[in-house]
Amino acid sequence: MNDVTAPPRLGLTPWQTVGPFFHYALPWEGGENLVREGVQGERIVVRGRVLDADGAPIPDALVEIWQANAAGRYDHPEDCQADRPIDPAFIGFGRCPTDDDGMFAFHTVRPGQVPGPGNSMQAPHIALGLFGRGLLRRLVTRIYFPESEGNAVDPILGLVESDRVGTLMATREGEQDGMPVYRFDIHIQGANETVFFDV
Amino acid sequence: MDVLQYSPQNLSEPPSLYPGYVSTVPRSPRQKLVSIPQTLTEVTGPIDFGDRVLRAPVHDMTRQGKGDPIGERIIVSGRILDDRGRPVPHTVVEVWQCNAAGRYIHKKDQHDAPLDPNFTGQGRVVTDAEGRYRFVTIKPGAYPWRNHHNAWRPAHIHFSLFGAGFATRLITQMYFPGDPLIDIDPIAGAVPADARRRMVSRFDIDTTENEWALGYVFDVVLRGRDATPMENPL
Repeated sequence: MNDVTAPPRLGLTPWQTVGPFFHYALPWEGGENLVREGVQGERIVVRGRVLDADGAPIPDALVEIWQANAAGRYDHPEDCQADRPIDPAFIGFGRCPTDDDGMFAFHTVRPGQVPGPGNSMQAPHIALGLFGRGLLRRLVTRIYFPESEGNAVDPILGLVESDRVGTLMATREGEQDGMPVYRFDIHIQGANETVFFDV
Repeated sequence: MDVLQYSPQNLSEPPSLYPGYVSTVPRSPRQKLVSIPQTLTEVTGPIDFGDRVLRAPVHDMTRQGKGDPIGERIIVSGRILDDRGRPVPHTVVEVWQCNAAGRYIHKKDQHDAPLDPNFTGQGRVVTDAEGRYRFVTIKPGAYPWRNHHNAWRPAHIHFSLFGAGFATRLITQMYFPGDPLIDIDPIAGAVPADARRRMVSRFDIDTTENEWALGYVFDVVLRGRDATPMENPL
């Protein structure tokens, strides 16, 4: 079945919680701002709250995002889309601890569409990793945008039960300094529980 | 109460709900994770951000103050590998820990143990071309926490790692050999015993430096890429 020439798989190092005391080590100055001078694309704000089973805000969580640039290109050697430029002003990675209200906020650009499995195209999305005290490992979800035409045929949304797809859609929440603001609350447990992925 | 797994196929992972670790009860999903194929989003990830956005690397955590921190000086080194044993080169390794007395530099740490004016407990290193890393620090102390009566965390150093892509991200904790607190700690104990041993570093006389510091070795194994059709023919 498996390639006999491949070395055997080693046991993975297990996950442990990030704990409550990561703040002096992991966040960095400007980690929530992915927008640098000269960045290409439409600037947007994505913000939301992280909530527990009782709907109470989680003030000691850490949120990381990873996304393609406005042209749909990841700044990574595995992305070989030569027809789409890397934007040297855009790393695509950000990190934000939640505040006392469980709130996080990122300044970024609207991601372009990226290829999916086979010949599919994925709708614009931002991958999100959530860490915190009480989370023995990272929870992974995705932020989609409600007006994207590609949502209806997105290969990942197609794997989610239809009545839960809404938990992956940000909602448009007005503007800030001329930028669209999107709201994305994360419900770890309970009614309206956010879809989390096993990647 | 059912104990739901993050990933039922993978017995080396802690479950999301582990009632012995009380905070997991309101902070664990009740729905199953939705399995998805690894797309370009998951096989790519931040790899080149260390020098572009982070603070300068800190290889020696005993040199961040005006004087020497109090405690047992140690060298922690090892390799970051993928699950086929291939080294993960040039990857960011972020570490943080409490001081020798078991106290973190954090406003929410209320443990009645002294801060050390010469120790912050924060470091960052990058692996070399063979996936090796090394840093110098002080052995952290155990500390009490409000989980159950007489709850004490074993001495540990937090490790945050990236690997090749978004899907290989890992945050774990390194423990010390022979620590009797490990097997009664609900955070370490959430991991099945066989896999729990992979989080315990090993004392190493060859890393130990004469009249200066004890050496511990801690290798970390990250996920590899999922087998592609080319690598996994019928």
